[in-house]
Amino acid sequence: MSGAPSGVAARPPILVVEDLRKCFGPNEVLSGVSFEVDAGQVLCLIGPSGSGKSTLLRCVNFLEEPTAGRIFVDGEQIGRREENGRSVELRATELARQRSAIGMVFQSFNLFPHLTALENVMEAPVHVKREPRAEVEERARRLLDRVGLADRADYYPMQLSGGQQQRVAIARALAMRPKLMLFDEPTSALDPEIVGEVLEVMRLLAGDGMTMVVVTHEMAFAREVGDRVIFMDGGVIVESGEPARVLRDPQHERTRQFLARFS
Amino acid sequence: MAVDAGPGATVGGHLARPSGAGGQLRRLARSPWRIVVGAVALVLAAMLVHLFVTSSSLQWGVVGSYLTSSEILLGLWRTLYLTALAMVIGVVGGTVLALMRLSTSLVLRTTASAYLWLFRGTPLLVQILFWFNIASFVPRLSLGVPFGPSFVSAGTNSLVTTLVAAILALGLNEAAYMAEIVRAGILSVDRGQTEAAQSLGMTRRLAFRRIVVPQAMRVIIPPTGNQTIGMLKGTALVSVISLPELLYSVQLIYAKNFETIPLLVVASLWYLIVTSVLSVGQHFLERKFGRGRTGGSFNQPNRVWTRGLGRRVEPYLGDAL
Ligand SMILES: Nc1ncnc2c1ncn2[C@@H]1O[C@H](COP(=O)(O)OP(=O)(O)OP(=O)(O)O)[C@@H](O)[C@H]1O
Ligand SMILES: [Mg+2]
Repeated sequence: MSGAPSGVAARPPILVVEDLRKCFGPNEVLSGVSFEVDAGQVLCLIGPSGSGKSTLLRCVNFLEEPTAGRIFVDGEQIGRREENGRSVELRATELARQRSAIGMVFQSFNLFPHLTALENVMEAPVHVKREPRAEVEERARRLLDRVGLADRADYYPMQLSGGQQQRVAIARALAMRPKLMLFDEPTSALDPEIVGEVLEVMRLLAGDGMTMVVVTHEMAFAREVGDRVIFMDGGVIVESGEPARVLRDPQHERTRQFLARFS
Repeated sequence: MAVDAGPGATVGGHLARPSGAGGQLRRLARSPWRIVVGAVALVLAAMLVHLFVTSSSLQWGVVGSYLTSSEILLGLWRTLYLTALAMVIGVVGGTVLALMRLSTSLVLRTTASAYLWLFRGTPLLVQILFWFNIASFVPRLSLGVPFGPSFVSAGTNSLVTTLVAAILALGLNEAAYMAEIVRAGILSVDRGQTEAAQSLGMTRRLAFRRIVVPQAMRVIIPPTGNQTIGMLKGTALVSVISLPELLYSVQLIYAKNFETIPLLVVASLWYLIVTSVLSVGQHFLERKFGRGRTGGSFNQPNRVWTRGLGRRVEPYLGDAL
């Protein structure tokens, strides 16, 4: 794996994670994680609870500040900048601009409860990017339509089911036209019978060429939609590769043990 | 598609209340003690009304003649603007104190805590008297370099008039209580809200203004309404420094004509009228900031003007990205 963000390939990877480390006090949660995700690829992250999957995603958009290591999105280092050979922290507004190009979908949806579905989707384009309201509204309605919620535009999150809320959350992230989408167990808080409607939206999104990193326990989704699977345990990547191979024929004992729980 | 509220979904007070008047009557009938308690309450209420209507010391004619007299209305006006100004100081000061208490700076946090300790730990009456007598403590106030030259200077008594003393005492005391209310409101907003806002590219400032504050308001407004009503009544305390607000205006009159009870009723009626109006205002504010949380409109969108939109069969996302 090459360290330089701008590789020799025609299209450099959208996401490069270089030797990422994260400690909470004395507790090292990520111990040197490196990987790349090419444009249009779907990377699925699997691993037992506490293995650092959420922390990894949160480091990518700097909701957690990495203890060491570098992260590049579309060639641009996240959160820090090299200045005269020293690495300095970015200003808050710079960081915010970088984050606006990275969509994030949370396990607990985190929709804004005081805004309707439509307003949730419009909020950031209007108030962060300052795009014209009418234009944003048209796009927001189109996005809601595509996640199957055109008729729920004026509902408040409290009036929507979990699956509907998560689909609004996906539309909200997409409204910023992100280069990269991060999903942290987007279906874990949902009843089994509505998991499918959210996965279906994600499947369509992947088919549309969105670059995605998905933390999930849905092995069928990882197998069918993922271009690559990374199995993490204890803050390191234990095994990675094509989903079909990793999920069917894992090389490591720990991966085998973990996967045994899903069959 | 039906909206799935889930069994645990609470939808505000309106829907949560289990049964209507019919159910209450039925339950009442099942419990004889409730009938006894109700009967006693009714008799007591009747006695009270009888007392008010027939009492010789309570002459309704006197009440009526003073209710809208100019002295009383002037006193009422003073009570109203004292309440308003003190609440403005209280809310602004309380917000500043709350932000100080939530800041990462130890100096700011400690300063705010010390303020709260001081202003909540002493009686408001004492604080009013203190501000009224501030001139004997700090005779001159000046604006300039601390311990250095001053640019402007004035006698404290000419600046801190009775009115200013009253406003300062009530407002600064209120700020200490509002600080806790505002802080609780801000803390009531889930951290995930700020994170979601930040992940969309909002700075902390913008996320605070657009996402946290509107949600915190839902928690802040009801107790602030109570504080305002409390303040309205609390202004009566400044009668001790002879500021002719509603109560002191009344006292001035009954000191001369000895119609004590009718005049106290006049004051009480005005306090009741204003608190009632404030309660109604509070109700509407709560409705406004309860957006997305209250019942009533559950299962119903606010505006149904998207029904006609047909589903299009385009490539997913397509030109939206
Ligand atoms: N803010 C924090 N402060 C301290 N420790 C934390 C913090 N966030 C996470 N941790 C710890 O880091 C470890 C990894 O947590 P993380 O949430 O990344 O795991 P995960 O792989 O997402 O697990 P799960 O599948 O349960 O979501 C855990 O041991 C957790 O206790
Ligand atoms: Mg997690």
